[in-house]
Amino acid sequence: MSEDFSSSILKEKKKREELQKKLSSQNNPNLISLTGGVAFDQDIYDTSDRFSDYVSALEPENISTLKSSNKSNTLNIQQLIDEARLEGESDAHDAFNSDLSRNATIAQRESEYHARRRNRLLSPERVDAFKTPSHTDNSSDSQYSYADAMRQTQLDRKESELRREILSKASKERESTSSGTQDQKISKSKKKRRWDIAPSVATDSALEISSDTTDVKSSKDPYISSSDLDSDSTKVDAKIIKKKNRWDQTPVAPAFETSVEVTPNVLRDASASETPRRSRSRWDETPLISHGENMLAETPVGNIGMATPLISHSAVPDIDSAIYSEQDVGPRNKYMTDEELDQLLPSEGYIVLEEPTGYAPIRTPARKLLATPTPMVGTDGFSLQEEDRHQDYGIPKEIPGIGPLPFFKQSDIQFFGKLLDGQEEENLESEEVKDRNVKKLLLKIKNGAPQMRKQALREITENARTYGAGPLFNNILPLLMAPSLDDQERHVLVKVIDRVLYRLGDLVRPFTHKILVVIEPLLIDEDYYARVEGREIISNLSKAAGLATMIATMRPDIDHVDEYVRNTTARAFSVVASALGIPSLLPFLKAVCKSKKSWQARHTGIKIIQQIAILLGCAILPHLRHLVECVAHGLEDEQQKVRTITALSLAALAEAAAPYGIESFDSVLKPLWIGITMYRGKGLAAFLKAIGFIIPLMDSEYANYYTREVMIILIREFQSPDEEMKKIVLKVVKQCAATNGVPADYIRDEILPEFFKYFWIRRMALDKRNYTQVVETTVELANKVGVSSIVSKIVNGLKDESEIFRKMVMETLDSVITNLGTDDIDPRLEEQLMDGVLYAFQEQQGEDSLILNGFGTIINSLGVRAQPYLQQITSALLWRLNNQNARTRQQAADLVSKIAVVMKTCGEFQLLANIGVTLYEYLGEEYPEVLGSILAGLKAIVNVIGMTEMNPPIKDLLPRLTPILKNRHEKVQENCIDLVGRIADRGAEYVSAREWMRICFELLELLKAHKKAIRRAAVNTFGYIAKAIGPQDVLATLLNNLKVQERQNRVCTTVAIAIVAESCAPYTVLPALMNEYRVPELNVQNGVLKSLSFLFEYIGDMGKDYINAVTPLLEDALIERDLVHRQQAAYTIKHMALGVIGAGCEVQTLHLMNYLFPNILETSPHLISAVLEAIDACRMVLGPGILLNYCLQGLFHPARRIREVYWRIYNMMYLACQDSMVAFYPKVEDEDRNTYLRCELDYIL
Amino acid sequence: MDKFGMNNQTDHMFAKYVGTGNPDTTKHEWLVNQMRDTYAYIIGNSSLNTYVAISEGESRARVKFNCLEKMLFPAGPPPDSNIED
Repeated sequence: MSEDFSSSILKEKKKREELQKKLSSQNNPNLISLTGGVAFDQDIYDTSDRFSDYVSALEPENISTLKSSNKSNTLNIQQLIDEARLEGESDAHDAFNSDLSRNATIAQRESEYHARRRNRLLSPERVDAFKTPSHTDNSSDSQYSYADAMRQTQLDRKESELRREILSKASKERESTSSGTQDQKISKSKKKRRWDIAPSVATDSALEISSDTTDVKSSKDPYISSSDLDSDSTKVDAKIIKKKNRWDQTPVAPAFETSVEVTPNVLRDASASETPRRSRSRWDETPLISHGENMLAETPVGNIGMATPLISHSAVPDIDSAIYSEQDVGPRNKYMTDEELDQLLPSEGYIVLEEPTGYAPIRTPARKLLATPTPMVGTDGFSLQEEDRHQDYGIPKEIPGIGPLPFFKQSDIQFFGKLLDGQEEENLESEEVKDRNVKKLLLKIKNGAPQMRKQALREITENARTYGAGPLFNNILPLLMAPSLDDQERHVLVKVIDRVLYRLGDLVRPFTHKILVVIEPLLIDEDYYARVEGREIISNLSKAAGLATMIATMRPDIDHVDEYVRNTTARAFSVVASALGIPSLLPFLKAVCKSKKSWQARHTGIKIIQQIAILLGCAILPHLRHLVECVAHGLEDEQQKVRTITALSLAALAEAAAPYGIESFDSVLKPLWIGITMYRGKGLAAFLKAIGFIIPLMDSEYANYYTREVMIILIREFQSPDEEMKKIVLKVVKQCAATNGVPADYIRDEILPEFFKYFWIRRMALDKRNYTQVVETTVELANKVGVSSIVSKIVNGLKDESEIFRKMVMETLDSVITNLGTDDIDPRLEEQLMDGVLYAFQEQQGEDSLILNGFGTIINSLGVRAQPYLQQITSALLWRLNNQNARTRQQAADLVSKIAVVMKTCGEFQLLANIGVTLYEYLGEEYPEVLGSILAGLKAIVNVIGMTEMNPPIKDLLPRLTPILKNRHEKVQENCIDLVGRIADRGAEYVSAREWMRICFELLELLKAHKKAIRRAAVNTFGYIAKAIGPQDVLATLLNNLKVQERQNRVCTTVAIAIVAESCAPYTVLPALMNEYRVPELNVQNGVLKSLSFLFEYIGDMGKDYINAVTPLLEDALIERDLVHRQQAAYTIKHMALGVIGAGCEVQTLHLMNYLFPNILETSPHLISAVLEAIDACRMVLGPGILLNYCLQGLFHPARRIREVYWRIYNMMYLACQDSMVAFYPKVEDEDRNTYLRCELDYIL
Repeated sequence: MDKFGMNNQTDHMFAKYVGTGNPDTTKHEWLVNQMRDTYAYIIGNSSLNTYVAISEGESRARVKFNCLEKMLFPAGPPPDSNIED
């Protein structure tokens, strides 16, 4: 039977191959084999619909009675494999990429909604209606104007309505046809009928739609809007594709065989004639990239010899990743060929196994693409694929005129391919040269190393006006729309736009919409910084382009058909409002919110106000009444969506205004009130939210009344299964409970029982957002009704079997007890509580410190009352310290630091000593996390019982700590250095000076730790040790250390010297330090100067006593040729001057500034910034008058470079003390037309 | 290129304030700013305001008003820019 089976399989395989050969010989792109090595990305190349039609149509017919069981069996296996493969394909990227890089490009990461940004089109440049008339004469008629844009939106809307109608009609027709078919099914097979008719109807309608689309749309617009309806039609498509994928991959040869023989030709013809049409219509619809036409003309679009346009949204990253993954797979990891295996393995004793019959190799598209002759590498001079990564490493690609780049991606070639054609710039027109220059700079910015990027960024900023807005934005914006963009690239490109905007000013107006289309998606990005960046750009844009332009540009988008566009536009508008002020935007908002034409406009207008409230917060208060008036009427709108958004924006306004502004909401209270009695579901949720945020603004009497009224509905909605509703209900309950007027009895009697019944259940703990809401609301309720009534209700939850529920209880207890203490808790409840807490502590599995924190809070709050439980806790703790599980040991050690203070309060010194000894014994712990916690526990005990009482004694403890200082783990280092520092501070006398010196050496290493807390602790410890054993020895060590080569080490040493000076008084250190300056060695001298700089920074106003002493040294350093000397001296002067303000050191400061001033013409960035800072600090001592006199020498110097510096100093001074300069401005004589005398200054009484 | 060190951002900051200057500031612009600063100071500083009022024999409000008026064109019309070029 099995042989029979396999032979039949073989036969079928053969037949299938033949069939495939035949099919591929027909020159039809739709019939590319999927089982062969070559395949295309199916999202783009819509392959072989005929397969699906064949198989699906004929499947039931060819399951003959005899073989049916076998075949269905194979079919099942095959189906499973196919399914697995399909699943694999859907996340094929992850399979290859996830471990290589975390979703590098934005396009891969974003959700379907975010991806809708790609459906938007960069509309043509608009006329600048606000330009001064002298410039407008150049052919403004032919440009795209506001009217055009409005017309366009209108058309889009009509189109979408039309499409919706068509679709509804089509679906009706389909229903009727299918019912018609059912009538006919007596004569014909039902399955067959269904399969060849249903798709044709669908495709027909699709075709109809697309033809209609092209009719309706203006000819210059290649853009297909993606309305709700469009997504519907894609759904239809997707269904078909999915089916097709499954079916044409299923190698069920018999199905084909029989179908070829049995099926009448008619059927085949029908499907054949149908497929190309469909695929064509799909190609029409695929949004290639949303360029305006002018851009398409500028970028090289096609690739040589390929019909496919280069820019496709998913193909490029796919190919990229394929190449990268190939590079990463590398020669080492790649599969061995048969020849290689033959060479490796002995010929005898091994046989080649046949592959199992059901085996189908996994072919993810990414891997399949490797075999594809990639169309991209047609251009010569650029070949990435052949390059071996290992040889290539560190040798960047060269682009003519740019130099080496760290990388050059496959997708870059579309935009920058022009630079590779090797044309000489002399032969080109000036416009073309500009364009190329911009491209070069952008490429440098996008792909260059940091230095190159900085330079290019500066260049593009400085020359922005010469390049002009056109070449800049026509290059930048498509780059930002590119599918292979990653975060870093987006960041730098957005930065370019930001810089360029500043320079271009109102030249940017024609491009406002394009920029918005690209930047608006940033406003809803999930990355916070992207959102901030987007806001920044839009606010700069609105400042550059002006309010009128912004409104004119964004007005058409307000009632755009696509919800995505409206959403982002609303957010962008709120940014405009924050940039230009709410009052200037108010008239427009009023008009939009009252729009009669479409509900979308009203919806967007109201949403703008919501976003304004969210963005501006309490800054809306002055305009609150107007804003509320704008939206108020929306509560009675006939559209449910408008009503909902109105309620939401009222909620946002009330939240932003809290606790002021109730009078502005008077007009909306009644409609809101009616609303919550009338509506159900989503609408009700929004209305409740609005009420919930308005109630806290009311005075107590009204708040009480409204709370009681609304609570009836709230309690009814407690049991609502809707998640959104639950969240809102919790929020409203929280708001109401926090309000003054609501009495505690009312909450206790009316709300609490229901609240606990519906919200304190395990299910609520499972969803993180619900969890936090419940906790917050309960804490708020507890603030009203007191600790015991809440705690007694939830305390049993500490022994619940669900850990997450225990955590929820613990978090609530933690917050409640932190707020209110435990005085309210009676002995019985206290017992229950401690019992539960201990249980929860012992049963915890998780990694977080939530339970621990709760434990600490509760026991600290109980204070003396915790005494009866301490014995029990200690024994549990000691037992757990000995546990095998590292996590348990760590938690136990952490608990020590939480309860040490309480143990002292309760007088349990014996227990503390026990724990201390145990911890000391465990200092050999190997897990760094645990060791850190143990050290922290020891520290807590030392802090509590003091150095003298400490058990184990300090003289034993410290020598154990010295080696631990070498540990590289941050937590260990931090806790250890804290403990050592503590001992050095309080109990240095218990340890010999020799031991402390040893610790000093260890500490030097810690000075370069990454974590600031460690460095600070180390530095402080230096101070303590120096104080304890005297500065001489420590200082000698440190000064020696200045001679070492390693810079980091020297820097740390200088800090340590300064610290020693601070803690042991500067006169103990300065002589030795200044003596060290005499060593003729750059490193040492610079080190000394740096120490002086830190020293004066730390000692602050003590510096006035030492300024005379160090002046000769600083003079010497300031006339030194070495830049670093002067830089360090400048920093020293800065800190010194800042320390001696008002201390009568003007003479010395002026003397030093005279040495400093010639340095203002230096060009080294570090030096010049040090010098300018030092001058600014000297100004603080000397006052602006003297410095102004210095400045006057150069403000109008004939050399520009010199004027620049002097104006810079002048500006610094001007910003710092503008008014005190009034008295010092020079007296300037009048000229013939101008009077410059300020005679008011000459008045004498 | 980076003449003023790492904090080249200061250019941005300076540009935000009226009254700061740059290498292209003319004498007239500079002096006009000075005079406006002076008048603003007289208006804002109440004791100076009183001082000026006593000197001029005017009321304090009048002094404030005069200063405000003078801030409009403190030094007369700007010199014709064509002459400079």
